Amino acid sequence: MSFKVIPKTVLPDWIDQMRLSQRVVGPRPLHGQHVFGDVHTAAEIDLDYPTTVIPPKKYLFPQQEDLLTFRLDGSAPRVVQDAEPTVVLGLHTCDLHALHLLDRVFAQTYIDQPYMARREKTTLVSIECLRPCMSHSFCKSMGTLSVTDGFDLHLTDLGDDYGVDVGTDKGAALLQGLSGVRDATDDDQHRVNRVMTEKWPRFPLRLEFDVTELPSLMSVSYDSKLWDELGDRCLACAMCTNVCPTCYCFNVADEVDLTLSAGKRYRVWDSCQLDKFATVADGHNFRAKRAARQRHRFLRKGKYQTDAFGLLGCVGCGRCAQACLVDITPVDTWNELYRRRHRPASGESKEVAA
Amino acid sequence: MTQALRETLAEPSIYLPTTATIADIRAVGKREKVFTIELPRGVSLGNQPGQFVEVSILGVGEAPISISSSPSRSNGSFELCVRKAGDLTGVMHTLKVGDTLGIRGPFGRGFPIERFRGKDMLFAPGGLGLAPLRSLINQVLDERGNFGRVIIAYGARDPGELLFKDELERWAQRSDVELHLTVDRGDESWTGPVGVITTLFPKIEVHARNTVAVTVGPPVMYRFVLMELLGKGISEGSIWLSLERRMKCGVGKCGHCQINHLYTCQSGPSFSYAEIKHLGEAL
Repeated sequence: MSFKVIPKTVLPDWIDQMRLSQRVVGPRPLHGQHVFGDVHTAAEIDLDYPTTVIPPKKYLFPQQEDLLTFRLDGSAPRVVQDAEPTVVLGLHTCDLHALHLLDRVFAQTYIDQPYMARREKTTLVSIECLRPCMSHSFCKSMGTLSVTDGFDLHLTDLGDDYGVDVGTDKGAALLQGLSGVRDATDDDQHRVNRVMTEKWPRFPLRLEFDVTELPSLMSVSYDSKLWDELGDRCLACAMCTNVCPTCYCFNVADEVDLTLSAGKRYRVWDSCQLDKFATVADGHNFRAKRAARQRHRFLRKGKYQTDAFGLLGCVGCGRCAQACLVDITPVDTWNELYRRRHRPASGESKEVAA
Repeated sequence: MTQALRETLAEPSIYLPTTATIADIRAVGKREKVFTIELPRGVSLGNQPGQFVEVSILGVGEAPISISSSPSRSNGSFELCVRKAGDLTGVMHTLKVGDTLGIRGPFGRGFPIERFRGKDMLFAPGGLGLAPLRSLINQVLDERGNFGRVIIAYGARDPGELLFKDELERWAQRSDVELHLTVDRGDESWTGPVGVITTLFPKIEVHARNTVAVTVGPPVMYRFVLMELLGKGISEGSIWLSLERRMKCGVGKCGHCQINHLYTCQSGPSFSYAEIKHLGEAL
């Protein structure tokens, strides 16, 4: 829409202004890491952060979310509508790409009102990453290192200023009345271009093949022995899916309160990596082996989501790799599948060695 | 889109069940009861044979249950045949006529009956598989003239596990229905054949090119029944099944029912064998 510039010194005023009408959340340092949390003052936020433990999807799809409340007197249950206007400040582009996928998932065929209600009330202010956040991230390989749309505002760190790409009216409204905002000049645009040109070589390409090959690689790797090898290592702890920005599987459960006369139905994040995830009433488990569950996870990320929604199910944030206690990573997994497929000699020797 | 589904979409949440009333309850097996359910204001469920609903009891939870009645006999109500198996079904079995429960749906893809018309129908339910298949069988019987032969090959664990005995009786007496029953283990009262369901197939002659086979049963049954059906020369596209999965949300979101890339609650639970034979997780 338009391109603006704000001096970094206005950030405190800007946060104060936003907080007059809505909740503001952003990356905050905590115990040596960063987490998205409520921001009350500019001193709490750190926009130059590496990555967060849990992705900001939790504001659209909370870890636990009430769907209904009810009384046990035969009356009809009530839908919980507790979405509040929220600004998510400082999303990295990988996490923004992940929300593009979730937008499609929750709007397809049946509209998921809990997600959509939060989505409509959320303003997304993303920020350009200028340096790799950690060794596990591989956003450049996944094509998520930058972003062209899907944000309300997008910030680029220009030293003393932020370049602000205004993506929507909702984003423009966030800047309304803020003193210090000015239209970008040609010179500002050159500054952004220089920053972008300089940032690109800092990020390594970590996949040994072009990511557009990934869905077909996953198709032909369905019967790979690698899944058994991963299954042997996997602890089925579900950390990988808990920290994933594109995972959205959930369970639904009821809880009756202490009065035994009322309660709620809530949904809670679930994981295809957990033992009972695909178990039906008579006890049959359709994905009993960890190998099958790892395969399912990687096929979802590398192929199924692309088939269903046109977007890859992995954005290369690296959180699952960082969280995994036995070092199962998407980069190693996909590169190994590629090697076994395209360099069978080395693949065979590896399998013998293993 | 059915009227019930339109109403669901007009609701503020796809997860909000409609409060429905139990109009009748009858036992049809040792562990199975049929619940006749009425939606408010006489609204018809508008289901296709093979679809399911999410049944909920507030404070207990929600579970997918296949619809056992055919649209041709809806009459302002529908039937669920429920085996007492888990938390929700256990509580369901304690409910009485006049009690309420929550309904969402109907969901999923039913059997494409329009493609079956003019064909000989071979139904092969195993155990509780008769519950969903009964909806299709009765639909076919209610428009009997549109179909060729109607063959039912039904197997259960023991005579006490044969469901819908009154209906089996009526089907047995019809000259236009060929009913074959078997039980894995007989008892003193049982005079029919003893053996698993596949032992019925050698007795059944079919005109393979004009036959549609529909089989619903426990996961372990499919591989063996499919071998029999394919062995008779029935084409892969003319063999239909209903796959059981944990369809927790019913609306293609929660992920529990996935068979490879497919959400069973959306693409199924009814599938032709041709549609799923290449999927490693299907059978």
